[in-house]
Amino acid sequence: MLLKGGTVIDATGSRQADVLIEHGRVAAVGDGLEHRTTIDVAGCVVAPGLVDLHTHLREPGREEAETVESGSRAAAIGGYTAVVAMPNTEPAIDNAGIVRHVLDLGLRALCDVRVAGAITVGRKGEQLAPLGEMAALGVRLFTDDGNGVQDSRLMRRALEYASALGVTLAQHCEDEALAKGGHMNEGEWSSRLGIPGVPAEAEELMVMRDITLSRLTGAPVHFLHLSTAGSVAMVGAAKQQGLPITAEAAPHHFALTDAEVASYDTVFKVNPPLRTEADVAAVRAGLRNGAIDAIATDHAPHALEAKDQPFDQAPPGMLGLETALALALTELDLPIEQVLALLSWQPARIAGLTGEHGGPVVEGAPANLTVIDPAATWVVEPERLASRSRNTPYAGRKLTGRVRHTFLRGEPVVLDGEAQR
Amino acid sequence: MSPRHLLSISDLGADGIDGILRLTDNFVEVSSRQIPKVPALQGKTVVSLFYEDSTRTRLSFETAAKRLSADTMNFSVSTSSVKKGESLRDTVETIEAMGIDAVVVRHGSAGVPQQIATWVDAAVINAGDGWHEHPTQALLDCYTIRQRLGSLEGKRIAIVGDVKHSRVARSDVLAFTALGAEVTLVAPPTLLPPSLEGWPVEATTDLDSVLPKVDVVYLLRMQKERQHEALLPSLREYTAHWGLTRDRARLLADDAIVMHPGPMNRGVEIAAEVANLPNAVITQQVANGVAVRMAVLYLLLGSGVDLAA
Repeated sequence: MLLKGGTVIDATGSRQADVLIEHGRVAAVGDGLEHRTTIDVAGCVVAPGLVDLHTHLREPGREEAETVESGSRAAAIGGYTAVVAMPNTEPAIDNAGIVRHVLDLGLRALCDVRVAGAITVGRKGEQLAPLGEMAALGVRLFTDDGNGVQDSRLMRRALEYASALGVTLAQHCEDEALAKGGHMNEGEWSSRLGIPGVPAEAEELMVMRDITLSRLTGAPVHFLHLSTAGSVAMVGAAKQQGLPITAEAAPHHFALTDAEVASYDTVFKVNPPLRTEADVAAVRAGLRNGAIDAIATDHAPHALEAKDQPFDQAPPGMLGLETALALALTELDLPIEQVLALLSWQPARIAGLTGEHGGPVVEGAPANLTVIDPAATWVVEPERLASRSRNTPYAGRKLTGRVRHTFLRGEPVVLDGEAQR
Repeated sequence: MSPRHLLSISDLGADGIDGILRLTDNFVEVSSRQIPKVPALQGKTVVSLFYEDSTRTRLSFETAAKRLSADTMNFSVSTSSVKKGESLRDTVETIEAMGIDAVVVRHGSAGVPQQIATWVDAAVINAGDGWHEHPTQALLDCYTIRQRLGSLEGKRIAIVGDVKHSRVARSDVLAFTALGAEVTLVAPPTLLPPSLEGWPVEATTDLDSVLPKVDVVYLLRMQKERQHEALLPSLREYTAHWGLTRDRARLLADDAIVMHPGPMNRGVEIAAEVANLPNAVITQQVANGVAVRMAVLYLLLGSGVDLAA
């Protein structure tokens, strides 16, 4: 199959070139290539597939909201060829058996499904999970996401232990005592709306602590979904000091503010919560200047009945896989090369996927590719999403930039925006 | 133009509040008749949907609806299918399917009336949602202040106590300031909202310095649980600094009035003797509550005949 007439963009730069795919690999990249099966991609960008560091696939346990299959379909439509499934399933992914189960489910998926293991047993924050047996199955990221590891001593031990395994611990930064009872960002809007708030400092305290623990242990830390100006500033400064720190931000933290909550629509409830305009500006700046390495969706599907509740009772989380790229292209004032770095090769490196995903589009590379029409405009329609859930906060929003095709090891899993299986 | 729902004081604006207060005059007159009942809402059905305990607000709305000849239904959570796990949305849609014209909602979560308004066609009246708002309380407070002081324009009003957790305070601030009053919030810092950005008020912790200057002192109910949440060392300490004790009440100007939304904790935020002073208008507030709620129901459900004309 030949992708003809597009612009190839990868970590090495941008060039006009045709891309020939054969036997699951990139067979040739160059001008004037010919093949009996040709897809015209003039005006489009051909790039390494996107990599999501932060996907809630909900299986096992919450299959009414999402399954590995439905989530992977949403991912492929969003341009992703690999996602990292978060371990806050029921039961939690905290041992080799469940890792294997989810990886097996992923074998039939429309994108590669990798797994993040839990740091502690049951994500309870009390006892170290068997990181070694999970690492032996290829797990490269560990997190109790949904919760931060509250116990500083336990976190220190986990970092020390993990460093020997060559894996990275990822933290959901939230000081639970300070955040307790809160359901949105604490500030002007929470005060007006009468909704208990979570101060930015609940996130920042743990960012500060884990930077300190990274310094103490020398172990790498990845910060999940940074949402506050203070967090971005601390992470930027820690990186300048040479600490082995990486960070991600979610699209909703650069595209939405806490003013949205004035509707009391639970689709805007998320954790960390939507923040202020100043925080949004800081997240955008962090994505621009390298303080933040990756855009990660925190795709968090919830069934209708779960979200049809009073704001303080509804679960936090919003869909992200099918809108992340378009939001980044629409909302961030960044060249597409930098947007793709944040969505593909930089997260691929953090996930330990280099070599399979996010690598340069060159002869011999695995054909995990996405084809993007950066000028196409579209309107988000919840009922047309591939996810099993409908909790997108972007209903009716007009976005620029759309995924045309996605190739997983040469298989066209998405063609003209439609999943092929 | 009539609003479809009453969710927040901010939906009304100064003119909307004024319209309701003028309409209230008519219903105060109706309430003083030997048979205090008019046929204005005959054939209309008003449901009270109370997810929190309430005596005065629920009875006040029911009385108001009955004096307007509406049929009333009372939905009580403790005896309903909510106990069997029915969701809020299913409950509301079930009630609406019975054919109702208005639903009066009290819920412990902020925003529930606003959510219900997106689910049903009936008029939704917020009878208190979490810490958010209690608009009819603010309207009856405005009416009571007008009765006693003529107007709110330029009047100085202190709202004292647990503003942070108070739906009454949020609605009162919006209503009082819309009608031109100058509002000062008085509370320990732990009981003020985290941000007062956009609130047209002053805030202080010093009640003694405020009392001599105000026309109205409005005391909020102090919930006993607050002392267990590290918001206060003890109720005793609260009373010592922010309670309207007998001694402190002497700092008030002679014609200043004392208000409270009830239920009172006598001896905590207000001394028993102070609540009984002639300047305390607390029972008058309750009495006006019925007429104000008649005005609100009439405005949302009525035939469109302008009684105030």
